[in-house]
Amino acid sequence: MTAGALELTAVQAREAMAAGELSAAECHDAWAQAAAGDELNAYLWRDDSGEAGGIAVERPRIAPIAVKDIFCTEGAPTTAASRILENYRPPYTATAVRRLLEAGAPILGKTNMDEFAMGSSNENSAYGPVLNPWDRGRVPGGSSGGSAAAVAGGLAPWAIGTDTGGSIRQPAALCGIVGLKPTYGAVSRYGMIAFASSLDQCGPLTRDVADAALLLSILQGRDACDSTSLGIEPAPQLPQREDLNGLRFAVPADLRSDGMEDGVRAVFEATLKRIEELGGAVAEAPLPHAEHGISAYYVIAPAEASSNLARYDGVRYGMRAAGGGDLLEMYESTRAQGFGAEVKRRIMLGTYALSSGYYEAYYGRAQKVRTKIAEDFDAAFAEFDFVVTPTSPSVAFGLGEKTDDPLAMYMNDYFTVPMSLAGIPAISIPAGLAEPDGGGPRLPVGFQIAAPAFAEQRLLDAAYALEGAIGFDARPGGGDG
Amino acid sequence: MIEREQVQHVARLARLRLSEEELGRMAGELSGILGHVDRIGELDLNDVEPTSHVVELENVLRADEPRPSWPRDVVLAQAPDPANDAFRVPSPQAE
Amino acid sequence: MAELEAVIGLEIHVQLATRTKMFCGCELSFGDEPNVHTCPVCLAHPGVLPVPNEEAIRFALTIAAALECKVAPRSIFHRKNYFYPDNPKAYQISQYDIPLASNGRLGGIRIHRAHLEEDAAKTIHVGESGRIHGSERSLIDFNRGGTPLVEIVTEPDLRSAAEACAWARLLRTTVRQLDVSDVNMEEGSLRVDANVSVRPAGSEELGTKTELKNMNSFRFLERGIEAELERQRALVESGGTVVQETLHFHPEDGSLTSLRSKEEAHDYRYFPEPDLVPLAPTETMLREARESLPELPEARMRRYREELGLSAENAAQLAGDPQAAAYFEAVAAEASGVEAQVVANWVTGELAAASRQAGGAGPADSQVEPAALAALVLMVQEKRISHGSGKAVLAALVAEGGDPAAIVEREGLAQISDSGELESIVAAAVDANSEAAEQVRGGNQKAIGAIVGAVMRETQGRADGGEVNRLIRKKLGL
Ligand SMILES: [Mg+2]
Ligand SMILES: [Zn+2]
Repeated sequence: MTAGALELTAVQAREAMAAGELSAAECHDAWAQAAAGDELNAYLWRDDSGEAGGIAVERPRIAPIAVKDIFCTEGAPTTAASRILENYRPPYTATAVRRLLEAGAPILGKTNMDEFAMGSSNENSAYGPVLNPWDRGRVPGGSSGGSAAAVAGGLAPWAIGTDTGGSIRQPAALCGIVGLKPTYGAVSRYGMIAFASSLDQCGPLTRDVADAALLLSILQGRDACDSTSLGIEPAPQLPQREDLNGLRFAVPADLRSDGMEDGVRAVFEATLKRIEELGGAVAEAPLPHAEHGISAYYVIAPAEASSNLARYDGVRYGMRAAGGGDLLEMYESTRAQGFGAEVKRRIMLGTYALSSGYYEAYYGRAQKVRTKIAEDFDAAFAEFDFVVTPTSPSVAFGLGEKTDDPLAMYMNDYFTVPMSLAGIPAISIPAGLAEPDGGGPRLPVGFQIAAPAFAEQRLLDAAYALEGAIGFDARPGGGDG
Repeated sequence: MIEREQVQHVARLARLRLSEEELGRMAGELSGILGHVDRIGELDLNDVEPTSHVVELENVLRADEPRPSWPRDVVLAQAPDPANDAFRVPSPQAE
Repeated sequence: MAELEAVIGLEIHVQLATRTKMFCGCELSFGDEPNVHTCPVCLAHPGVLPVPNEEAIRFALTIAAALECKVAPRSIFHRKNYFYPDNPKAYQISQYDIPLASNGRLGGIRIHRAHLEEDAAKTIHVGESGRIHGSERSLIDFNRGGTPLVEIVTEPDLRSAAEACAWARLLRTTVRQLDVSDVNMEEGSLRVDANVSVRPAGSEELGTKTELKNMNSFRFLERGIEAELERQRALVESGGTVVQETLHFHPEDGSLTSLRSKEEAHDYRYFPEPDLVPLAPTETMLREARESLPELPEARMRRYREELGLSAENAAQLAGDPQAAAYFEAVAAEASGVEAQVVANWVTGELAAASRQAGGAGPADSQVEPAALAALVLMVQEKRISHGSGKAVLAALVAEGGDPAAIVEREGLAQISDSGELESIVAAAVDANSEAAEQVRGGNQKAIGAIVGAVMRETQGRADGGEVNRLIRKKLGL
């Protein structure tokens, strides 16, 4: 039976439990065993790792889940993959995790990530990179790389991550699974370690669209501890739709990434054909400012981050650098030793962009570009139901391939950042396999669908129909099944 | 192009000690990234409202009702240098 | 060179007396053990978010109404970024380009703005002296961290240390009456910083200002500003120039030291707080704030002068002291037919003096019931007792309380109303002072004093001076 448990999606497992064919405990044990075999460095902490504490769930009722280490969990370490929070034990639990526990989902463990969610390759973790289960010489994407690799690599049935500029969608794409970034405000941010507060959003990384819908219905909802949370009305249901009749899909005319790989483009265009076969209409729409998303994002996100990460100062918790000296020396050496290179880079970028004399030129302008991008989407949604793009310009790239070129690394977010800036929901579903430019193994390609704010149900229904038509069933190592 | 001195000043604002080597690299990297970002300088953004929030909410407030505070031992258990029931830090020094 | 004029603006921080902190549910406290009122939010643990305290907003709107400010239809919070151990998030949630309230006035001084923010924690500098610098280690107590504050900034309208101090007192009395803060300078629930500069009298532009901090009493406020004005005048007159800096006042010796240190390279990098949504006070919130206002000292002073005709001095004195004012109004209400100014004289004069003599704090907390004082004032006005006896009765009332009529009875102080009795006493006095009588007849008016004195001695002050004069002249046939 346990072998079978690992074959089931979370929705199927729930049905099996309802039918009495599978007990929640069996399901948990099977997955805990699988998680224990982590060779991808996907987990930073596992509930079975014998450590004291652990996160108790009163009555397991659904499949266990992997949680990105950016969510505070009482009873388990929470580090955001940073040295500066090594051994930090949050005395409280994030609202999103609390909702999971209340829904009866045991926590399998805390997953690896780019430090403070800053990265697109998971190479910025202070605790080592995560390997892509499709090719261990390649990155899983980031920043929720551990969650994506865990689900794709059979180390967890489903997982939660966070998405600030693509951190759920891009790793989902590179690992061949489903990743959903909900509307900003749909899920509480309380207890989710802040990277860029006006962009951060918690969401599902799952095997299929139905699981994403189930997980979203558990996570979402207004939270009194988060002034910016609203929840989704009515609460999302499992998707049913099988066609795309009468639905209109916009392809951004102005969003043309030079860096886009041929293989990715081929899969993207094949997917557009599928949409038409299912009765959907595809046409180009102008999103003139979307191409400036990266510029706006790499000002706004670092600016907010420079402020959000200022609290890690060695005073109240976390790491403090050894050695004497006055207050200033304590601050500067603690933060110099506690933060990794990319985090320092973003803090510097953001501090610069906010500093006197530069605010208007950078932060001020970036916020206005943000307005224009949101207006572009409003205009598109006046005529279309969805906006679609490839999730990532490339398939999974090699470890170390882009670490010396920050700007090239940032370009991974080219297609995902505009939706983040507009605060709208977007999902990435696996659309096929493709070789990287210059040859190599065939690797997953993600297809991104974006919808208007709080139109998650419509988004999930369409993604579900398209997923059925695509019939992506390749598995890591298994080649094209 | 961002000067080394600017990088040094920003690092001080951010309370980050950067090695000589880091300073140089950071100057180059920030210049590269901001060089790309500078393209938004060409856009006409006059009378465009800046967006700092995408949620359309106002007056989300909390009733003035006390909630239990934390036990002090729990609070201080996380502290790098607890002393006299407080958080101890090196004092600032005058120049 | 031209006389140097002082230009002073005040920055006041008022701690709001809500039950909980500005952004979390921790209870406010004063003088509790360190770090017993903290939680993940006010300790800035990873992942926490602020949620504003509704009552703090209400209190701030009340202050805004009392200061006749315009309230912004939609104000937002900003982050003020700086590193300091008492600032756990390394940013203070405050307001920047759109404060809650602006353009108000109080006591003829313009209010530039009033905004909401959160207080810092307490830093205890261990090591020699209580000074900021020179101590090895500091201890942080986060009980105070996150207390709701309203920061009030005046225009630079004040022209002397004394005026600044008097205005600060008016502000305290005004805010105290709103019931939104303890406004206690010693305990730090009222903190007044001063921006001080000098300029040639008559000039319009402002000189370079310095900011004075840590003057935790009105006396220190005045001393601090006085000292800084002296320093700046001397500096400028000797051809020097003032440098903009923050100066820390030391109560021990009244000295001022510059706070500049390598930490002080401030660039606050304000930006809109993404964790909070805008504040848009509703009509109801604004109306409730306006309607909650009691009569404020300024208005009361105007009424006392214009409607009750009190002297400027008495009006100010009473309006500035809510208890005394209430007491005065209670007496005036009882003493119908007596001029308000007469009542004011008794309250601020005789009663104040008598209760001070008896070691009491002031009229309001003496054991003299307003009704009792009213009765006493009436007896004097109706000449049932002399003014002198009135004072004696008042002394007795201050000492033992009770009913003035009873005391008059007991002490036999009632004025001699039977003119027959008085006439015979006068006749006797005239005979006993024939010399004086002659001089008065001879036209020396002053000489009558001796005879009046004799009558008063005989009657132990129970006679009405006017009446006695009349009877003496009658007796002398004048
Ligand atoms: Mg302030
Ligand atoms: Zn608190």
